[in-house]
Amino acid sequence: MFEEVGTTTEGDIIINVGPQHPATHGVLHLVITLNGETIKKVEPHLGFIHRSIEKMCESLTYRQFIYVTSRMDYLSSHINNHACALCVEKGLQVEVPPRAQVIRVLMDELTRIASHELWWGAMAMDLGAFTPFFHAFRERESINDIMEETCGARLTMNYMVPGGVMQDLHPDFQKRVKEFLQLYKRKIHEYDELVTGNIIFQNRMKGIGYLSPEDAVSYGCSGPAARGSGVSCDIRKVYPYEIYDKLEFDEVLETAGDSFARYMIRLREMQQSIRIIEQLIDNIPDGDFQAKTKAVLKLPKGEFYQRVETARGELGVYIVSEGGTTPYRIKFRSPGFSNLSVLDHIARGSKLGDLVAMMGTLDLVIPDIDR
Amino acid sequence: MWSFSHIANELHEWLSSIFNPTWTLVIEMVLAGVAVIGLFAGLGLVLVLMERRVAAWIQIRLGPNRVGPQGLLQSLADTLKLIVKEGLTPNGADKLLFNIAPFIAMIVAMLLMAPIAFAKDFQLWDMNIGVLYVSAVSSIMVISILMAGWSSNNKYSLMGAMRSGAQIVSYELSAGLSILTIVVLTGSLQISDIIHSQATGWWIFKGHLPVWIAFVTFIIAVTAETNRAPFDLAEAESELTAGFHTEYSGMKFALFFLAEYINVFIVCAIGATLFLGGWMPFHIGNLTDFNRVMDYIPSSIWFFGKTFFMIFLIMWFRWTFPRLRIDQLLNLEWKYLLPISMINLLLATAMAILGWHF
Amino acid sequence: MFIIKYIKEVYRGVKSLLVGMKRTLYYFTHHKEIITQEYPDNRDTLVMAERFKGEVVMPHNEKNEHRCTGCQACELACPNGTIKVIFKNELTPEGKKKKAIDKLVYHLELCTMCNLCVEACPSDAIKMAQTFEHSVYDRSELTKILNNPGSKIMDGVE
Repeated sequence: MFEEVGTTTEGDIIINVGPQHPATHGVLHLVITLNGETIKKVEPHLGFIHRSIEKMCESLTYRQFIYVTSRMDYLSSHINNHACALCVEKGLQVEVPPRAQVIRVLMDELTRIASHELWWGAMAMDLGAFTPFFHAFRERESINDIMEETCGARLTMNYMVPGGVMQDLHPDFQKRVKEFLQLYKRKIHEYDELVTGNIIFQNRMKGIGYLSPEDAVSYGCSGPAARGSGVSCDIRKVYPYEIYDKLEFDEVLETAGDSFARYMIRLREMQQSIRIIEQLIDNIPDGDFQAKTKAVLKLPKGEFYQRVETARGELGVYIVSEGGTTPYRIKFRSPGFSNLSVLDHIARGSKLGDLVAMMGTLDLVIPDIDR
Repeated sequence: MWSFSHIANELHEWLSSIFNPTWTLVIEMVLAGVAVIGLFAGLGLVLVLMERRVAAWIQIRLGPNRVGPQGLLQSLADTLKLIVKEGLTPNGADKLLFNIAPFIAMIVAMLLMAPIAFAKDFQLWDMNIGVLYVSAVSSIMVISILMAGWSSNNKYSLMGAMRSGAQIVSYELSAGLSILTIVVLTGSLQISDIIHSQATGWWIFKGHLPVWIAFVTFIIAVTAETNRAPFDLAEAESELTAGFHTEYSGMKFALFFLAEYINVFIVCAIGATLFLGGWMPFHIGNLTDFNRVMDYIPSSIWFFGKTFFMIFLIMWFRWTFPRLRIDQLLNLEWKYLLPISMINLLLATAMAILGWHF
Repeated sequence: MFIIKYIKEVYRGVKSLLVGMKRTLYYFTHHKEIITQEYPDNRDTLVMAERFKGEVVMPHNEKNEHRCTGCQACELACPNGTIKVIFKNELTPEGKKKKAIDKLVYHLELCTMCNLCVEACPSDAIKMAQTFEHSVYDRSELTKILNNPGSKIMDGVE
C-alpha cells in the first residue's frame, strides 16, 4: 500500500511544521511531505534546543551534575534526578535509608501524575478542545504546590542527591497529598466525560497511528508508547529499583496499538500511581532521609548504568568514571528520542490532523529528545 | 409606544416633510448603512467579550477583568491595538486579492443584515425571498476565504482555504434543507411571514419532532458554515497555525475576525427567526394574562435574547468539543446530516399537508 | 437491522456529546470553582512556601553580624560559578592578621536555585529567601553582595 509513499512526486506539498508551531510543544521541526491532506513522509529535524547537557554534566562533579538533568525532561525532573542519583549511588556502593527510598518513590509517582495531567490537557488541546487543558492544570497545580512545599521549587526541584534526598519531608506533606488524592478522585470522572467518552475524540483516536509490537521493539520504543502495543517494558516491573518490587501495582498494558490505546495507558497509569501513593503515604518509615556520604564524591574507575521509568518511558544513565571527581563520559538514553523515531512509521498514510494527535499520544518533550 | 418601528416611521415622516421622495430614500439608505456599520462594530465588541467570558467561566478562569469595569472595555482596547498594528502583505502574495479578501468577508456579512427583523416591523428590507437570499449570500463567504488562502502564498493558508471550501459547500446543503423544513411549514420565504406564522407558538413547539431534528441539524450546519469549533478546520490552530488568515495582521485580520463573529450573529438571528419566532413573544395557548405580560417585553429584547441564546449554544460547543478531522467532517455531513435532513424534510412535508402540527 | 444500528450509533454519539456539555455547563454556572489567583492584586496576602527557593541571602543579626567564615564551600559547590568570595585581611584584637570575607558576590542571573550552596555551607551562613520578583531594568542590579557593608562575623562561628 505504501510502495509509492516516501518519494516526492509532482503535486506534493512539503510543509515545515515547526520549529515554531502550536502543536509541536517546543522547537521540534518536522518536514512533512503531503499529498493533499495525506501524509507521505515525516522527517523530524532536531538540534534547535541542543544545549549539550551531556557535555555540561561531564564538567561538573557528581553532586553538581544532577541539577542539569532536571532540564532534560522537565516534566519528570524528579525521575531524571532520581536516575542520576541511583547511578552515582551504584558507583559509590551507598545504601539509601528506607525513608529516603519511600520519599523518592512518592515524589516519582507524584511527578508521573503531574506529567500525565499536563499531557492529557495538551493532548486535548492538540485536538482542538481547549477546556481540558485548564481543568488538567487544576490537579497539576496541587501537585506543584506539594512539590513547592517540600522541595522548594515547582518544576526543576533538584531534590534527589546521592545518598537520599536533600531535605526531609515537610510536616504537612502527608496531609497535602491526601487532599490531592481526594481532589483527584472527585475530578477524575470528568476526564471521561469531557474527553475520553466523547464521540468526536474517540473517532479521532481509534485506529489511528497503529504501531505493531514488533515495530515498537525494533524502534526501541518504551513507556506508554510501547505498552500501548502490548510490549511489557515497565522498568519498575522488569528491572525494579528502590522499593518498587515490594509495592503492589499493575503494569498497564493495552493491545490495540493505536492512538487511543496509548491514551488509555496514560490515564490508567495515573490510577496505578495513585495506588502506589496510597500504599506509601501512611507508611513512611522513620529514620534518616540521607545516607552519610563524603563531601567530595569520587566514583571508582568503571562504567555504571541505571535505568528508570519516567513518565515517557525508559531513561538510562550511563556514567564512565576514570576515578576522578567528575564523570569521564555521561550518556543519557532518553525515551523521547526513540519514541519520536516511530512518528514517520505510524504517520504515513494518515491525515495531517492525525499527525498532531499521534504526536500528542507519543507525549514528546523536546528538550528530552534534543539534549 | 416607544419602539423601533415607531422611531423609524417618525424619522421617515420627518424626512419626507423636508425632502422630496428620492432624497428621502437616499438619506434613509445612508442612515441605514451607518446604523448597520455601527451595529457591526458594537456586536463585534460585545461578542468577542462574551466569547472570552464564556470561555473563561467554562475553563474555571476569570476572563478579561483589567480594562475598564469588569473588563468591559477589553475588546475596545484590543480593537485599538489591532488598528495601530502594521498590516503586512507577504512577499509573493497576490496583493490585490490579498487585500480585497477581508473586505469581501465584511461586505458579505453586511449584506446578510438586510432581511433580518430586529424588532416588530423593523427590518431593512422585507423581501419576498428573504430566507433564500440569506442562504444564497452567505455562500459567498467561502469566496473570501478561498481568496485569502490562495493569495497568501502560504501552504498553511492554502490548505485552510481548501478545507473551508469543501466544508462550507457541503454544509450549505443541510443548512438549506433544515431551513426548507420551516419554509414548507410556513409556505413562505418572506421573513415577516415566517415570524407572523409563529404568533400562536414558535415552530420549535408547534412543529415537534421534525422541527426539533431540523433545529439540531441547523445548529450543527451553521456552526460548520461559520468555521467555528468543533468545525474550525479552516483555521485549525494546532494543525495549520491559523489556517487561511495565517498571513494577515492588524486591521485586515481584525476584519476577518469581526466577520466571523458577525456571521455567527447572523446565522443565530436566522435560527432564532425560523425556529424560535424572531421577535414574537412567548405565548402559551389561552393563558391571556400570561400572554399579555409577555407582550409588555419589547420585541427587540425578545429577538436579541433568542439570538444570544443561540450564540451561547454555539460558544458552548466551541469550548466543549475537540475538532473533527476533515474526512470525518465530510462523513458527518454526507452520511448523517444530509440523509437525516432529507427524510426529515419529507416528514415535515407530510406534517404540513396533513396538518399534524399544532 | 442496519437502520437500528445507525440510530443506535447516532444516539450514542449525541449522548456522549451531551455528557460533555453538561460538564462544561456545570463549570459555566459554578463560579466558585474558579481557581484563578489575581497575582499582582493579592501581593499582600500571597504566602510563599517556607522552603521556596527564590534567591540566596545571608541573614544578619541586629548587631550587623553574619555567620560566614569565608570557607568557600558554597563557591565550590555551585555548579554555575554563581558565588564568588572576596577576602580581606582583618586585625584581631590581639593584633594578629585574620582572613575574613570582604564581599560575598552573588550573581542572581546565573543562579538556578539548586540549593547546593546552602547544603554545603558548614556554618549555616546563607539560606534561600522566598522572594521571586527578580526582574530589573539593568542586568548589573542582579549582581548582589550578600554581606551588609561593615558587617562582621558573629562571635563563636569558626
